[in-house]
Amino acid sequence: MLTAPLIIEYPFKRTTGPVIGAFMTGLRERILVGSRAADGRVIVPPAEFDPVTGEDLTEIVEVGPGAEVTTWAWVTEPHAKHPLDRPFAWALIKPDGADTPMLGAVDAGSIDAVHTGLRVVPRWADEREGRIEDLACWVPERTTPANVEYKRS
Amino acid sequence: MTAAASTPHSEGAPLAITLPASLQGVELVRSVRTPAQLDYQFTAGAATSRFLRGIAQKKILGERCPVCGKVYVPPRGACPRDGVPTSEQVELPHVGTVTSFCVVNVAFYGSSMELPYTSANILLDGSHLSLMHLIQEIPADQVRIGMRVEAVWVPDDELKPTLESIKWFRPTGEPDDVNVDIPGEDHGTGLGSWVGGVAPIDPRGTH
Repeated sequence: MLTAPLIIEYPFKRTTGPVIGAFMTGLRERILVGSRAADGRVIVPPAEFDPVTGEDLTEIVEVGPGAEVTTWAWVTEPHAKHPLDRPFAWALIKPDGADTPMLGAVDAGSIDAVHTGLRVVPRWADEREGRIEDLACWVPERTTPANVEYKRS
Repeated sequence: MTAAASTPHSEGAPLAITLPASLQGVELVRSVRTPAQLDYQFTAGAATSRFLRGIAQKKILGERCPVCGKVYVPPRGACPRDGVPTSEQVELPHVGTVTSFCVVNVAFYGSSMELPYTSANILLDGSHLSLMHLIQEIPADQVRIGMRVEAVWVPDDELKPTLESIKWFRPTGEPDDVNVDIPGEDHGTGLGSWVGGVAPIDPRGTH
């Protein structure tokens, strides 16, 4: 029987509007931003409308880069479209200064290295163009970067 | 009245937002590419594999239903009406009649066709199911239902088990077959007939 690869692709391009555009711009510039809601909370990624009052949200504020894992799930067998080709954690991650968490992949190496409350920082893609993949993944924050050198010696 | 309605921004004007200092003066992102891609492994099935192997030998092979006698091309291995396997293979001529067509004036992603071009349903002589292909070698605005067309193949050394081995169909120059049976309109009499045999109602007429 004959078989062949069949790829169906819809090449959508969508306009962002100023609020989501600010978030995408931030990613390109290696800066995380959120929007400040009417009650003072900071929503990340920025929401265009206040979740309570429905007002336009227009104040974009910088958050992070440090962040905290609020919940997570370990992926033992990543598939082709996952952001990492090795086991990793999908996690909800709350950047410092934000009041809401956002979804991200954590390149932690092993399941034992992940826990709720884990401190993480972004790993940025080398080439960025203002899209979510600019934030390649999150990695555990190294409080003692000398560790690596220490082990080698 | 909602809170949003109490603080409107003027219609059509961009929303005035304030950016953190770190993003002031940089060029703002206005759009993102968000392609949706589905990767399949397509398996042709036994009947369509037989058809495609025929195409690689420059043959168009249909299959006949042993009950109703209809010839399906490309074959799917069974008669959709009688629910029985179509075991008899029928080699069809490379000539047929346009039963429907569409002139494409808008380029779409992934297509290398020069505009405008015509995509048509073509009923090969001796078959009872139209196959879809391109019509070329005639201006798009001259393509019509009933037009007689013939397959134009790629050179023999480029034949492969794909319908792309037929480059397109072109007019044969024969007189139109205006009485062509349009598949799916079995209850009518060819052109303009009504699917299901329901007669059109004259909107001004009496009942």
